[in-house]
Amino acid sequence: MTGEASLAEKGFLSTDAVVKQFDAAVAVNGVSLSIRRGEIFALLGSSGCGKSTLLRMLAGFERPTQGRIYLDGVDITDWPPYERPINMMFQSYALFPHLSVWDNVAFGLRREHVAAASLADRVDAMLNLVQLGAYAKRKPHQLSGGQQQRVALARSLVKRPQLLLLDEPLGALDKKLREQTQFELVNIIEQVGVTCVMVTHDQEEAMTMASRVAVMDKGRVLQVGEPHDIYEFPASRFVADFIGNVNLFDGELIEDLPERCVLRTEVGPIHVGHGVSGALGSTLTVAIRPEKISIARADAAKPLAHNAWRGKVEEIAYFGAYSTYIVTLEHGQRMKVTESNALRHGHRDITWEDDVVMWCDVMAPVVMPAT
Amino acid sequence: MAKGLWAGRAWLALVYAFLYAPLLYMVVFSFNSTRQDARYTGFSWRWYEALLNDTKLVDGFWLSVQVATLTGLLSVVVGTFAAYVLVRYRRFGGRSLFAGMAHAPLVMPEVVVGLSLLLLMVGIQTLLGWPERGVLTIVIGHTLLGSAYAMVVIQARLSEMDRRIEEAAMDLGARPYQVFMLVTLPNMTQALVAAFLLAFTLSFDDVVIAEFLSGPGVNTLPQVVFGYARRGINPTVFAAATLLMLAVTTAAVAYSVWVLRRSRQRAGEAKRALAS
Amino acid sequence: MTCIAALLGRGWMGRPLVIAVPYVWLGLFFLAPFAIMFYISWVDMGNDILPFKPLWDEASGVLRLRFDNYTSLWRSDQGQWFDTLYVDAYLRSVWYAALSACICLLVGYPFAYAMTRADARWRPLLLLMVMLPFWTSLLLRVYAWKGLLADQGIVNQALLALGWVQTAPVLLYTDVSLLVGMAYVYLPFMVLPLYAALSKQNPQWLEAAYDLGCTPWRAFWIVTVPLSWRGIGAGMILVFVPSLGEFVIPSLLGGPENLMIGRVLWDEMFTANNWPRASALATVMVLAIVVPLVWYARVAAKDDRG
Repeated sequence: MTGEASLAEKGFLSTDAVVKQFDAAVAVNGVSLSIRRGEIFALLGSSGCGKSTLLRMLAGFERPTQGRIYLDGVDITDWPPYERPINMMFQSYALFPHLSVWDNVAFGLRREHVAAASLADRVDAMLNLVQLGAYAKRKPHQLSGGQQQRVALARSLVKRPQLLLLDEPLGALDKKLREQTQFELVNIIEQVGVTCVMVTHDQEEAMTMASRVAVMDKGRVLQVGEPHDIYEFPASRFVADFIGNVNLFDGELIEDLPERCVLRTEVGPIHVGHGVSGALGSTLTVAIRPEKISIARADAAKPLAHNAWRGKVEEIAYFGAYSTYIVTLEHGQRMKVTESNALRHGHRDITWEDDVVMWCDVMAPVVMPAT
Repeated sequence: MAKGLWAGRAWLALVYAFLYAPLLYMVVFSFNSTRQDARYTGFSWRWYEALLNDTKLVDGFWLSVQVATLTGLLSVVVGTFAAYVLVRYRRFGGRSLFAGMAHAPLVMPEVVVGLSLLLLMVGIQTLLGWPERGVLTIVIGHTLLGSAYAMVVIQARLSEMDRRIEEAAMDLGARPYQVFMLVTLPNMTQALVAAFLLAFTLSFDDVVIAEFLSGPGVNTLPQVVFGYARRGINPTVFAAATLLMLAVTTAAVAYSVWVLRRSRQRAGEAKRALAS
Repeated sequence: MTCIAALLGRGWMGRPLVIAVPYVWLGLFFLAPFAIMFYISWVDMGNDILPFKPLWDEASGVLRLRFDNYTSLWRSDQGQWFDTLYVDAYLRSVWYAALSACICLLVGYPFAYAMTRADARWRPLLLLMVMLPFWTSLLLRVYAWKGLLADQGIVNQALLALGWVQTAPVLLYTDVSLLVGMAYVYLPFMVLPLYAALSKQNPQWLEAAYDLGCTPWRAFWIVTVPLSWRGIGAGMILVFVPSLGEFVIPSLLGGPENLMIGRVLWDEMFTANNWPRASALATVMVLAIVVPLVWYARVAAKDDRG
């Protein structure tokens, strides 16, 4: 039925048009993903988009209403969770309160009837990997949140699963701990070399930890790609808006050549440095990231041919490393511009109510369908 | 406000006095030197001696302990099954009937339960020639009541338990039966002990169902006491009561201390963990 | 045991088995007895070996239903409606049960309230002290009241000594001793739900009431009491329902004029040996208790959902 070629295409873990319906609500609406061996894959979306349901279907806690799931070529859709070579790290860690740290980690190996000596070695090795060797005898309620998470990680890795699932891994941690844990987590996962699927609503988490990201909304996958691709080449308005900050303008395609095109928007004609596929006169959306736009005081700037705007600074948000300017244009439209504060001095270059000029390169705008 | 506070305290004291007066009465008069139940004539151990020699009471006591222990264990098992089914299985054919049946013994008058079970036992005996009414039949009757109470206690604990540890266990390779034995049960121990104690006490104390379902020569302690009670006051019973109260108080205090210690320990450990 | 484990281990197949175990238990020891009881309530009273004659007459093949097992419950031999001892006893039981519930409420509410006002350190101890008598044998405690309420008993001696009465009243085997016994036994059943409901109350509600100009006395009646209605309801039911069918307390503390329905059933069964009529009586008791309860449960559930 499925030849070698299509299996390889399918990827290490693949879902085939998976649908999950709860009574009247459709949580997952036809998701087909292909995840490669060894990569860290993130499912990114706001709450209710279906990412957690999809993860639970991979783990085996929910059965798809339609569609199949394949792991390394094997159809595991109907397998119960305890038969799958997949392990999950729960958002709340779900450590067994009545067992010690050591017994928590050993639990999974004991179900496999691993020999006692080998079991002890593997548990000790895993505890050392997460640096909790000294806490082996403690019970979960005697540990801090960060320590509990490491136990949860150790517990799910010790069985050497073919797939590791992470449910909002950094959700319960505070900001400082989050940054540190991010890198630790990725290091451990790469060291062990396991394929990983993680679920998160935090873009930073997804972008920094994952090798590929799938953006989800209302049960569908909108775009899959490396963080860089998702950010710089969003395929839809939703993705552009969801990730990072963006200026979005609807426009009419008035000129289309292979090496450039022009769209007429509410802020004037925008020149884009590549051609687009679309009929002249069709409505498309242009997205420009704030950091791709340059800003300068009107009196200090040189006029440019195109992709330049004049306006008045209405708001400034100072983030220390960079500042975001909200500029009101001639007819009331607003643009967001971000500049890094590269020079260290006491005064502001640009301040409120200043007349400014903004411009961007023709390669900066991204064009996408209007919806 | 202060007036109200003292009025409240006075009422508390009064009601506690009311609750404990009969108990105190029995303790005091169990040491009475004569049979008088209203006048204290002097200190004596005679009723305790009489107690030890009263074979009916002593046999009744041991029988009651047997029956109550069996009832307690059986009630916990049946109650756990019933509670698990009601909490974990939200939809299945005949669920309302099941829920109704499971809770009904809590509201049925004991005389009705006793009567209906007696009819069942007689019926089975006529058909199969067994069982003779005795320990087994009483245990079944007591378990019917005890399991309903056990179920309520266990249900409370099960419904508040974090289900994700059960999912985690399944994720790690435990089959549903193993999940129950290795994860669910160990996290319910306090509830199981409480359920056992509840069923044990109910059985140890029951006279109605025992009367309906016991056979000749089989008499639990409450049955013996009931028989004595109908004939008047016997201070030997006071002596038995005093000893029983002693046992119950010790057990209750020990249990409370155990529970209190566990929760204090947990709180202390959690505090230390947060600080570290 | 291992085969059960293996079956349960099959995961999705284990569920029917787990449901079956308690279901079969309940079916066998709860439902079946009631079915038999219902059946017996229609047969003729027998003698010697079987205390009843079978329903189906083998000889003539006729179904012999004795309706008067039921009708004799509310229709006397002379044809008077509702002039039977059963109706009397039932009404009396309802009356005593209601009285007991009210007494328990009047005694128990201030008690529970005072408990919630006590220092938090003492509360576990106070609760334990309420439960302790409950753990001690009910029979023995009622037995003690027999001694206390006797004609020359301690209570009468105290009453005389205090000068509250001139001659020693007869307390034992009257409705006084019966109600004292009932209130005594069922007080914890009232106190515990009340305590649970009252202790969950947010003290800020009272503070808000005071802030808005309410005196403590008024605040108690228009804030605390109404908001504890669930506890009151639970307590009333926990006292009323078991009191109805109570047997031990009326037997030991009640007199011939205080006959309650539980005792009537017993006598019908063991003294008169009339199993069919006893079964009929039991069936009616079940309907009289269970049906209102089911209705109440439905109403309460709807209220919860709404």
